Amino acid sequence: MANKNQKRWYALFTAPLLIIFTTVVIIPFIIGIYYAFFEWDGIAANEKVFVGFENFTSLFQDERFLESAWLTILFTVLSVITINVVGLSFALLVTSKLRTSNIARTMLFMPYLIGGLILGYIWQFVFLDVFALFGEVTGLDKIFFNWLIDPQFALYGLVFVFTWQMAGYIMIIYIAGLQGIPNDVVEASKIDGATPWQRFSRITLPLLMPALTISLFLTLSSAFKIYDVNLSLTGGGPANSTEMFAMNIYNEIFGSGNYGFGQAKAIVFFLIVAAITLTQVYITKKREVEM
Amino acid sequence: MGKIKNVIKDVLLILLALVFLSPIYIIFVNSFKDRQELYDNALSLPSNFSFQYYLEAMEKMNFLSAIGNSLYVTIVSVIFIVVLSSMTAWMLVRSNNKLSTFIFMTFIATMLIPFQTLMMPLMQLMSSITNNLGIPMYNTREGLIFMNVGFHASLSVFLYHGFIKSIPITLEEAATIDGATKFGVFWRIIFPMLKPITATVMILNVISIWNDFLLPSLTLIDVNLRTIPLSTFYFFGEFSIQWNLAMAGLTLTIIPVVIFYALAQKHIIKGIGEGAVK
Repeated sequence: MANKNQKRWYALFTAPLLIIFTTVVIIPFIIGIYYAFFEWDGIAANEKVFVGFENFTSLFQDERFLESAWLTILFTVLSVITINVVGLSFALLVTSKLRTSNIARTMLFMPYLIGGLILGYIWQFVFLDVFALFGEVTGLDKIFFNWLIDPQFALYGLVFVFTWQMAGYIMIIYIAGLQGIPNDVVEASKIDGATPWQRFSRITLPLLMPALTISLFLTLSSAFKIYDVNLSLTGGGPANSTEMFAMNIYNEIFGSGNYGFGQAKAIVFFLIVAAITLTQVYITKKREVEM
Repeated sequence: MGKIKNVIKDVLLILLALVFLSPIYIIFVNSFKDRQELYDNALSLPSNFSFQYYLEAMEKMNFLSAIGNSLYVTIVSVIFIVVLSSMTAWMLVRSNNKLSTFIFMTFIATMLIPFQTLMMPLMQLMSSITNNLGIPMYNTREGLIFMNVGFHASLSVFLYHGFIKSIPITLEEAATIDGATKFGVFWRIIFPMLKPITATVMILNVISIWNDFLLPSLTLIDVNLRTIPLSTFYFFGEFSIQWNLAMAGLTLTIIPVVIFYALAQKHIIKGIGEGAVK
């Protein structure tokens, strides 16, 4: 009796969320794998033609997809480095006991709240007008011009804006990590005569490994999946020079109407994201030190 | 001597933060300028504060309707997420069996699935539910809320799960002996104890749902249903960019975020930190 009652409560508490979650995540995921083996234009009345693994093999002949894969990797590597360097530097700055550090922390976090789509539009203008103006005034017009119209520089523009968005967020994570480092360890190293750089590289950094694991995971996966900023800042242009993975998949499915082929790309995208983030977590976890 | 050094450091830090936020300043000052003034100098303060462009942008963006939609979708989604995922997480922690472990692991594993992998089949499923079962999932705010709850379930259950594990079970046992039902135990004893993690869950979900563009753009077709990111997108798409008008539009979209941040700034920064470390 008690056991039966127990089960009833269990179902009552978990079923609503599980039903929603299954409908929204699990079932679409399974249907998605199924669609990837068909050629289909997305129109319900039109026939779905089973093509086996053909969608997956033709991925490797799709030059635009391969190009976007390369761009995504380049973009991810660059942004992961800049976001973490900037985020950690901010964290070190605002945890030094200055009177203005709280307000600075609040301000530096702000861009993260605004949302990728809006940020992209804001920066469109900054590149268009302010960068150009800056180049004119300083004479450095080889460096400061509208990056977004140059196929080579547009990608750096995207890295720049994405760093602006994420750095404050990553700063918060590093702050949490820094606050977890016991003061006596730092004091002891000072007494032993360690230089600031030695203190940072031998003590702070190793003890920050758990925060680094999370920060790398968050920056890696969000850089890989970037869409909103990409859409509003460059729209993938000029000449597809900034079309990332996520946008390429969107365009293949909803732009060109290649539902089956696009879905195959989406499955491969999932496998790559999962493989990369799991590998990263595995590697950095091993380097975490126990206190 | 040390004092002066600290003052200089203080000033430098604030300067850094101001430079960092300068794009927001640029958007704000130019939202009051006419075209000529804007192109003369984009960095100067406006010569007069006229709200003309704001009124125009508000009308073209259908701003009031968009903010109503965004508020409705965000608030209702977050309430459902908090209620359902805390209940689920509690049951999963307290009934420690194979089924619970399996469900929890499924939640965790699906966090690795990018939205792009699910978007097409999800839209197929939602329109088929709408057409065949008559449940209006597609092109309704309620359907979007349903999907928001599903997509944010994993992270929220994960956060609650970690927190609940650290709460001792004795209080619950005492209440049960006193004759409380599971429902009573959860709502009277457990849920109030979850406050800190509930704050984190709410903040993370508010940020992500309020700013979400792709999912609403796929589900909401009706012009009157558009949320803020959607109306901004169409605003930029439909009019060849008149920058002064665009700046007013962008400032409008930032205002709600700034208000939210000003009201809950301490909780937001604390919540994000705790959410990440857990």
